[in-house]
Amino acid sequence: MKRYSAFAIAREALRNHTGWARAWRAAEPKRSYDVIIVGAGGHGLATAYYLGKNFGVTNVAVLEKGWLGGGNTGRNTTIIRSNYLQDPSAAIYEKSRSLYETLSQELNYNLMFSPRGVIMLAQTQHEVRGYRRTAHANALQGVTTEFISPARVKELVPIINLSGPRYPVLGGLWQARGGTARHDAVAWGYARACSDMGMDIIQKCEVTAIRREGGKVTGVDTSRGPIDCRKLGIVVAGHSGVLSDMAGFRLPIESVALQALVSEPIKPCMDVVVMANTVHGYMSQSDKGEMVIGGGADGYNNYTQRGSFHHIEETVRALIETFPMVSRLKMLRQWGGIVDMTGDRSPILSKTPVEGVFINCGWGTGGFKAIPGSGWGMAELMARGHSPLTEAFSLDRFREGRFIDESVAAGVAH
Amino acid sequence: MLILTCPYCGITADETELAPGGEAHLKRHGPGSGDDEFHSYLFTRENPRGVHFERWRHAYGCGKWFHAARDTMTLEVFGTYKAQTTEPPKEVRAAITARHPGWSWRDFS
Repeated sequence: MKRYSAFAIAREALRNHTGWARAWRAAEPKRSYDVIIVGAGGHGLATAYYLGKNFGVTNVAVLEKGWLGGGNTGRNTTIIRSNYLQDPSAAIYEKSRSLYETLSQELNYNLMFSPRGVIMLAQTQHEVRGYRRTAHANALQGVTTEFISPARVKELVPIINLSGPRYPVLGGLWQARGGTARHDAVAWGYARACSDMGMDIIQKCEVTAIRREGGKVTGVDTSRGPIDCRKLGIVVAGHSGVLSDMAGFRLPIESVALQALVSEPIKPCMDVVVMANTVHGYMSQSDKGEMVIGGGADGYNNYTQRGSFHHIEETVRALIETFPMVSRLKMLRQWGGIVDMTGDRSPILSKTPVEGVFINCGWGTGGFKAIPGSGWGMAELMARGHSPLTEAFSLDRFREGRFIDESVAAGVAH
Repeated sequence: MLILTCPYCGITADETELAPGGEAHLKRHGPGSGDDEFHSYLFTRENPRGVHFERWRHAYGCGKWFHAARDTMTLEVFGTYKAQTTEPPKEVRAAITARHPGWSWRDFS
């Protein structure tokens, strides 16, 4: 792999940029691999990367039905934070956030990680109490957050209107080390590093069946022929149910559409991420100047990667009271992704009833922030059979009633 | 915009007038049931990519709960029917078969 550097840019500038290599090889599927990961999104690629880096497992194929990073990895609002309430969540999200801090250097790929800070607004007395509680919990978990006053919110976000008639800003949960990153670059950076370790990333290769013998996985059938494997990782977000069907087990998952939108680009006006969970909206400004806006998910099952327009309308309507200037902006574009929602709104990283098949899913509306931590834990789980990071997120927690209830803790937008 | 016809009051309503209620025809387990039955009832879902049966409520209309048969891949609606039943009526199944010969959903086909 040719390393990217300031020197490389200068060198290529002198020879008309003819020397840049492909970031990752366009691989043909081999007959067999030690490990197959289904899904070349952030989580799948991160799993493959840490399998190679932490455990030396490099005979790995990452299969992707569409194109690399074309699912939820390329459709989210790029927010990174770890201010969760429950201990298992705080552990995996904080691991993830801390990995993001040095990931650009580690992958030699600019992820544009921007720890600009994330505020979750408290706009009702319930939220004030809830976020104070979260700040205390975070202190015990070693996650640096604080509950800040409305005056401090205004200082951080000059465009905010604190005294809205329905939802005044009463304070906020501030995580100074939260922020954003370039979502595509996360997938591309991991893919480049995986390819460099000798792993095969195979795009436009759809898994059509999962072959099993005596309750153990032996391989997959794909649109590009059968491929054998000893271990299989299913990391396909919204389509997890389709893959688990092929493997013969059911999941506590429902797939729904979640939408986001960006405004026309404007001059820099807000240099932190603001989430307003009472009114179901969150907003940040991209480096291009667009206001990136997300909201709540649709309420019914949907695999179309587009949602209902009235959700966009509701999200923007909700934000207008808190950010009056939004009302003057034009919407540039809108899109949807299919998110996999679990009953307790926490992910599943687990062994499955089929020996050798592992699943990483259920990140719902908040998977992007978790990519490095999820890959770290999933790789350990697949290589060793257990991982302290993923232990609490096992598939059988629903049957046993060991929920990691973040649906109450984090509100909707997470 | 999803549009469904309420089988009670006959009004054809946009989804903004309706409230989604999740998967239809769940078997509701109670006291005396085992862990597996509760797990299946409370958490495990069909979540198909294709034909699906759901509960909806005509929330800003007559207020009644009803069932809808939909395709989650195309958003096509095959029909709606009243909730006082344990299985989809013949005409709804026929409409699905016309589009998806050989379909199945849990025990229905």
